[in-house]
Amino acid sequence: MLHSKGNTRFQILANSCMLAVTLMVVLPFLLVFISSITDENVLISNGYSFFPEKLSLYAYQYISGQGAKIFRAYGMTILVTLIGTAVNLLMSSMTAYVLSVRTLPFRHAITFYIFFTMLFGGGLVPTYMMYVNTFHIKNTIWALVVPGLMLSANSVLLIRTYYVTSIPEALYESAEIDGAGRMTVFRRIVLPLGKPILVTMGLFTGLAYWNDWTNGLYYLSGKDGQRLYTIQNLLNEMITNIQYLASGKVQNVGAEVNRMPTVSVRMAIAFVAMLPLLIIYPLLQKYFAEGITVGAVKG
Amino acid sequence: MGRNSTWKAVKKHWALYLMLFPGCLYLFINNYIPMAGLIIAFKKVNFSKGIWASPWSGLDNFKFLFQTKDAWVITRNTILYNLTFIVVNMIVGIFLAILICEIQSKIAKKLYQSMILVPFLMSMVILSYIVYALFSAENGMVNNSIMPLLGREAISWYNEPKYWPAILIVVNCWKGVGYGCLIYISTIIGIDKSLYEAAKLDGASRWKQIKHITLPGLKATIITLTLLNIGRIFYSDFGLFYQVPMNSGTLLNTINVIDTYVYRALLQLGNIGMASAAGFYQSLVGFVVVLFSNFAVKKIDADSALF
Repeated sequence: MLHSKGNTRFQILANSCMLAVTLMVVLPFLLVFISSITDENVLISNGYSFFPEKLSLYAYQYISGQGAKIFRAYGMTILVTLIGTAVNLLMSSMTAYVLSVRTLPFRHAITFYIFFTMLFGGGLVPTYMMYVNTFHIKNTIWALVVPGLMLSANSVLLIRTYYVTSIPEALYESAEIDGAGRMTVFRRIVLPLGKPILVTMGLFTGLAYWNDWTNGLYYLSGKDGQRLYTIQNLLNEMITNIQYLASGKVQNVGAEVNRMPTVSVRMAIAFVAMLPLLIIYPLLQKYFAEGITVGAVKG
Repeated sequence: MGRNSTWKAVKKHWALYLMLFPGCLYLFINNYIPMAGLIIAFKKVNFSKGIWASPWSGLDNFKFLFQTKDAWVITRNTILYNLTFIVVNMIVGIFLAILICEIQSKIAKKLYQSMILVPFLMSMVILSYIVYALFSAENGMVNNSIMPLLGREAISWYNEPKYWPAILIVVNCWKGVGYGCLIYISTIIGIDKSLYEAAKLDGASRWKQIKHITLPGLKATIITLTLLNIGRIFYSDFGLFYQVPMNSGTLLNTINVIDTYVYRALLQLGNIGMASAAGFYQSLVGFVVVLFSNFAVKKIDADSALF
């Protein structure tokens, strides 16, 4: 049955179908890369293409030579991702641990308090007004870190479920007999044993920080804001500028064009921004897949 | 438990409450204060007086909002796009999941499964660059390489509303299908193998096996995922509708959804009244919808329900 003619034919068909899908996934990224090493003049006259007439490394030379702004933005992305992910994980896992203690009075009420934020929210307007008018986070690094700190109550509840199901009660009991305090239990038992779920959640949190551009869009503006741009904000600004030029809203077009990185440089920056993800993904693929099947990105 | 013993238990767990404090405080600030802040939809905001001291305006903001054509357009767009996304991603996701599971080569299987998730990892800004590389009027690959091949004139894509529903559906599917696909694959892997063995002995064809074993096995997952997505039907991916079409004015009626409307009203037009009214509308209807969809999920598969 397995080696029948029909099956061979089906396997060929199924594989070619999936190869086509794989190409559809890969080709757009390849286009970005090829555009970044295409000669600028060829790009302007022939457009983006998989088979450019002339290649050039100008874009990457430009970045390494005059890319202070780009390096700065890259550094901001790394900094914000590290701080945000670390604080998020610490806060989420600590909250999750407390909620996993069965004897805690008001446990259900507190769980509901956390859970309710998944059902109802104030949305952009009150959030924006509060952060800007009350906490004055506009044009500070906090604007990039704080709004994503507890990405969703969903992750807290997932971590709690993991603790409840995979850390044996007996461990807590023996720690208590040894006279360990709650903080020690959390540090010595819960954090090490919960590593798998923390790696998974950390991966998704880190990804969200790395890719976030909306907080920059909302809370960073003007010269003060530009200093804090992450790589995504920088890319966003550059593509917005093109659109501005096209719409004819800018009077002094000549000066704008001179200040703006060229077409190939834009693509090179886009490629550099996604490169770390393309490198990390194959190594941590298992955790990404697990995260999705346990529902790490549900809400 | 009497009041006294509850108090004793609370005191005994003081360290835990201390550990709970940062998370709860954060949620209070980041989530609960904005919920209370929804009342600005009923105010005429005056910055010199501050938000709380601003005068009440009753339902004026809502009257203004629902008098405009925009209210209808953004509601229609949000719901129609979401419904299409749900259906398209479901069909494509299931198709690919079944295909991947039927493939015998373990290496190929693993490769396809990994590749399909790559777009999911990219930000909407990167996606907007890719879409721009394809559809830019002057430099885009479609106008420069594909249209001449087909013997067609170049099109100014970012000024032609009629193409955008299709473009957005494809972009959304390209980015999101891997996510659903992985969930479907893990469900298919969980289906009892002996069912397939028995079917093979009975001489059931591959198509019959899919129809009578795989698809019924996926039913609960399909319904649950769909209902959870319906719960989010009043919300959209801001980047997909704002960044990918490059905030193009000529496309506005085709691509404006509630999230982009609120953003534009608040930060580009400075119309807090309209922005807060639309935001309130979204929060409220969104809340009702998520309650209903969760109620439905619970009836079908209690484990997958949010609560």
